[in-house]
Amino acid sequence: MRVQTVKELEELRESLKAAQKYEKEIVVSANATCCILKGSKPVVEAFQSELNKLGFTDKVKLRLSGCLGFCEIEPMVIIKPLGVLYQRVSPQDVPEIIKETVCGEKVIERLLYKDPVTKELAKGMAEIPFYKKQKRLLTERHEWIDPTDIRDYISAGGYTALSKALFYKAPDAIIEDVKKAGLRGRGGAGFPTGRKWEACRNAKSPDGVKYIVCNADEGDPGAFMNRSLLESNPHSVIEGMVIGAYAIGATKGFIYVRAEYPLAVKCCRNALEQAREYGLLGNNILGSGFSFDIEIREGAGAFVCGEETALIASIEGKRGMPRSRPPFPAISGLWGRPTNINNVETWANVPLIINNGADWYSKIGTAGSKGTKTFSLVGKINNTGIIEVPFGITLREIIFDIGGGIPGGKKFKAVQTGGPSGGCLTEKHLDIPVDYESLTAAGSIMGSGGMIVMDETTCMVDVARYFMKFLAEESCGKCVPCREGIDRMLDILTDITEGRGKESDIALLEELGEVIKEGSLCGLGRTAPNPVLSTIRYFRDEYIAHTRDKKCPAGVCKALITFSIDEKKCKSCGKCAKVCPTKAVSGKKKEPYRIDKEKCIKCGLCRDNCKFGAVIVS
Amino acid sequence: MEASENRLYDLTALEKIFKRFEGRKDDILIPLVQSIQEEYGWLPKEALRLAADHFRIPLSKIYGVVTFYSQFYLTPRGKHLVRCCRGTACHVRGSKRVIESVEQKLGLKDGQTSKDLTFSFETVACLGACALGPIMTIDDEIYGHMSPAKVSSLIDEHLRRDKDESANR
Repeated sequence: MRVQTVKELEELRESLKAAQKYEKEIVVSANATCCILKGSKPVVEAFQSELNKLGFTDKVKLRLSGCLGFCEIEPMVIIKPLGVLYQRVSPQDVPEIIKETVCGEKVIERLLYKDPVTKELAKGMAEIPFYKKQKRLLTERHEWIDPTDIRDYISAGGYTALSKALFYKAPDAIIEDVKKAGLRGRGGAGFPTGRKWEACRNAKSPDGVKYIVCNADEGDPGAFMNRSLLESNPHSVIEGMVIGAYAIGATKGFIYVRAEYPLAVKCCRNALEQAREYGLLGNNILGSGFSFDIEIREGAGAFVCGEETALIASIEGKRGMPRSRPPFPAISGLWGRPTNINNVETWANVPLIINNGADWYSKIGTAGSKGTKTFSLVGKINNTGIIEVPFGITLREIIFDIGGGIPGGKKFKAVQTGGPSGGCLTEKHLDIPVDYESLTAAGSIMGSGGMIVMDETTCMVDVARYFMKFLAEESCGKCVPCREGIDRMLDILTDITEGRGKESDIALLEELGEVIKEGSLCGLGRTAPNPVLSTIRYFRDEYIAHTRDKKCPAGVCKALITFSIDEKKCKSCGKCAKVCPTKAVSGKKKEPYRIDKEKCIKCGLCRDNCKFGAVIVS
Repeated sequence: MEASENRLYDLTALEKIFKRFEGRKDDILIPLVQSIQEEYGWLPKEALRLAADHFRIPLSKIYGVVTFYSQFYLTPRGKHLVRCCRGTACHVRGSKRVIESVEQKLGLKDGQTSKDLTFSFETVACLGACALGPIMTIDDEIYGHMSPAKVSSLIDEHLRRDKDESANR
């Protein structure tokens, strides 16, 4: 069904809304990678068969939404209009949910979210601490939308911004709005989006062709906000892109998705087909005379392709190597034409600005950073998942109020932001506001939104080495400082973690880091030393312990630790001996067990399995 | 225990793939080799040579591209692909030990394929399910909260399924 005018779109929306008037609704977070991993599929099947069996399919709507953010408690089920949220639902719970809650409007306490600290039960999303401090502008609609069905997006108010832009706004006025709203690139660097668009709009193309690209090459390890958004609400991104293309004067767009996200690719492909079918993409969109289409390009596994000039090379079918700028892609990008590249989340913010106005948008956030930002809150933290918060919130609020603190009573040590280009922030940074400038000043960066929390059992030297290893593998090899420099830094860090380090290595790392930052061609190399430099800056004592004392205080670096058993604590249960893969642990009943240091491979299984905390790492 | 390039493959499927890309510009190279790999599971040298001739792209250029991206394989792959995430979130939650247990269980290092072509093993930069790390995938199935102890039983389970399948045939 092709929608030809704005009027037809509004009529369609009204008829969809009318058709969606069910007495009851069951929302199951089912369509994103994380929920599937947590077992949402059997839950959905159980609901389907139970509703069929009872003949409720006309009365009760079963909506399969995307990601609802709180991965740890998936699969989640929301019963409307009651608003009850059930967590960790299993197929066995389904008949009871339908009988008690859907029909009887009674709450099943066992399935409610229970605050691990206060033990309070939360009835709905609004009562769960994880959601309380969030400001969900992009993600709040996820529960209303089945990402595989464009009709859900339309009936939830989708594509209103597009018709507003195409019929009531001149391209320059849209760019002015985006500038006034203060939207900045969500991919990491935070360049003002409106200025980028303006440069591309004003650029001359030899044949009038201009391109836009959605950068969905979410390569930062530990970040998955873009995947979650594409899997949950792909049309918000597509709508943003069409508006952007109209403002810039582009006729063709690309979504460059990394191949490691098969479900996101599938979801986008399906969304594009549906948008085309409904006349919201393709020739003469909504009868406006404006034509624009989008093609998906799958990445092939190269981190550097997140850098815009490398991404362009990759779309052109070449090795994904960056080139020096200028000329910037806005002047000369894909096939030499003016090209505008924005991140997934940046595009998804555009409809919000057009719908609600620049003034509304610019009131959210801080002086220099407007709107909200999604983060993936992961690592050693209780409540893991995707969060959306206004700029200006503190790290403490994110980690302790939303994230629920550190598991197992352990102590917070650091939070890593900005992926391999970022750095580690410490306890003393917990109260700084999260915005582009403050994080940079503290020695990290905003980045695309990965937030990896580390506790006292994380070794910072090991983390620094981890990032160098990652970057050494991902450096494209084009420029010498990055290719050779990162390898050298990795060598030095390997030596340090394996007990061959010297105290003077720390200064050498700092010196090398500065050279790589200065001399590298693209953003990958220019930011590569950050994880090392920031950990040296804030955790120098750990580097000294590794090099001078040959000790790993966190008990991670294998060459620097030994495993032994505390005779007083050992209850001779024999569990450690059972799990040891090299038979290094031995003992008899009623006598403390022992670890043979020759045979021990320091895998840590004995420590993990000891209920009495008798395995000591020193 | 790495596999060699001795496997029969049928090149007739290539015709269909080539047709899909007919008449398009030089930007087809990556989607083209992606399609070839989707068909064969890897990139046989012969297939790339035919693609080069057909589309008049220098074989050297194709080789340059397929060796640049980590997703492309120039040797045959195992029936099952075991992948471990080595992303930051998985790393701080102990993915290193999960990787070591997979290596021990399969007798394969990162990037290797067993001689009998049953398993390939590789580590991946990030699979994007960070909240539930450490993550491991076997073929299309994804497993969260992995521990060294769980590795062995999951791999055994897949082997058992294979056995059942061949018994039912």
